[in-house]
Amino acid sequence: MGQQKRSAVSLTRHDIQHAAALAHLRLSTKEEETLSPQLTRVVGYISELSATPTDGVEETSQVTGRSNVFREDVVDPSRSLSQDAVLANAPDAYNGFVKVKAILDGES
Amino acid sequence: MDTAYMTIEEARQKLRARTISSRELTGMCLARIRRYDGSLHAFLTVTEDEALSAADEADRRIAGGLDGPLLGIPVALKDLFTTKGIRTTAGSRIIGSYVPPFDATVVYKLKEAGAVIVGKTNEDAWGHGSSGENTDYEPTRNPYDTGRVPGGSSSGSAAAVASGMCLMATGTDTGSSVRLPAAYCNLVGLKPTYGRVSRYGIIPMASSFDTIGHITRTVRDNAMVLGVTAGHDPYDATTADVAVPAYVPKTTGTLKGVTIGLPKEYYGVEGMDPDVAKTIEDAVLVFKKLGAAVRQVSLPHTGAAMACYYILVPSEISSNLARFDGVRFGLGRDTFGPEAKRRIMLGTHTLSAGYYDAYYRKASKVRTLIRKDFADVFGTVDALLVPSSPTPPFRIGEKTADPLTMYLSDIFLCPMNIAGVPSLSVPAGFTRGLPVGMQLAGPQFSEPLLYKIGAAFEKETAYYNVHPEGF
Repeated sequence: MGQQKRSAVSLTRHDIQHAAALAHLRLSTKEEETLSPQLTRVVGYISELSATPTDGVEETSQVTGRSNVFREDVVDPSRSLSQDAVLANAPDAYNGFVKVKAILDGES
Repeated sequence: MDTAYMTIEEARQKLRARTISSRELTGMCLARIRRYDGSLHAFLTVTEDEALSAADEADRRIAGGLDGPLLGIPVALKDLFTTKGIRTTAGSRIIGSYVPPFDATVVYKLKEAGAVIVGKTNEDAWGHGSSGENTDYEPTRNPYDTGRVPGGSSSGSAAAVASGMCLMATGTDTGSSVRLPAAYCNLVGLKPTYGRVSRYGIIPMASSFDTIGHITRTVRDNAMVLGVTAGHDPYDATTADVAVPAYVPKTTGTLKGVTIGLPKEYYGVEGMDPDVAKTIEDAVLVFKKLGAAVRQVSLPHTGAAMACYYILVPSEISSNLARFDGVRFGLGRDTFGPEAKRRIMLGTHTLSAGYYDAYYRKASKVRTLIRKDFADVFGTVDALLVPSSPTPPFRIGEKTADPLTMYLSDIFLCPMNIAGVPSLSVPAGFTRGLPVGMQLAGPQFSEPLLYKIGAAFEKETAYYNVHPEGF
């Protein structure tokens, strides 16, 4: 498909800022300026998929052919980690818990 | 025989005959890492002390008459493989000092089989890349030409095996990441059937695409390693409850009764290097000489595969990388490298309100069509033979300015991940002094057949005897 179709889709600075907010990424102005043309080009390419007919086609979300794999609801101590092991990589811990900043008093 | 380039098969014979010890073998690998890794950048972490004590333990077990499929064999692990007590970075800075409290299932199995882990290998961060240049550290170089990329994302694993720093290295393959570096470094790389090898403890990229493979010098070594890593794992509900067969083929040499398909969409395409095309044509003649029937087939939706892949995979990436918030481990999200940010942004956009139907739902339907292409073609042929890449290894920096061009490097590789079928990249020869790889792809769980076909070709051509100069 030609260049004309690709240029029909574009990601503006506003689109970039919206996606960044959803993804909890803080981007610099320079990053936004770089990403806008790069992602416009990629989105232009992936938008070509609309030309492939898919009427009546089921979606594929996984390729194992398996469904509803169950296990007994029993604790397996051999795969459990101690609290110390789990917290060893945490930047901050207190009384066996991961310590985080309060999140409920800012803007939503 | 050059000791540095022994196959696992040869090393095992020598270890059992006690003509070499695991300590000697491991010491040689560590010495080569010290000597060459300053220029190749294959490793992010070298575990010298752990490796030498594991080697001594292997030597004690061998002396005691014990055996194991990989007993005393030096191996390396891609840095997406979680290793208890050994730093695991995913090639990223954000978890650059993360030391996991557990082993991935595959790591556990390799240790049980007696493997000696010499270190953790460099990669495109999180597996995002085709060249190794998206690492947050120093990019890995190709031992066959250090001005060129080794292929990615399992870049360090391929460079390490190709330069004699270990006898096998693990990789992950979400869209190309075992097969492309294997092809670019004259090695054998397996992307197994989805669900054949446990993903437990492997840092995820795109969970419905990720497969856990490995890179070796020979087809027979590769088959032997899959016998160790494959199998159902209660810790990964997507692993198949399918028995693990014998993978190492009997080298009968003949391929009589095997029908190989050449999908026309993979041949004569725009951007195909004529020398690579000629190398693959010569390989087809070898298969015919070995008795295989070869015929042209069609996978009609091949042209839609890259677009399908670059909707579904970044969507799954944006979801998987959402967990990295710096709360339980690692640094904050600002520390993500440029490619991770690009893919998070792309996936977040395609999943966002108003775009989901046009992108994610549409691509999920195209995924069904691509799966059906493969199912249909495997009703008429046993396996497919396709190039691993349209070009030989490209130059460092050649594609970094334009992400879309880099993405399109995987054009012959990502359809197999979309369909969940296995594919084995095997050395097909050289052009202009650079390695060329080809893939053998088959229906789900057809790895024994792919190994049989690959081993017959390997016995005839023995490209694994060609080593990089200067290493």
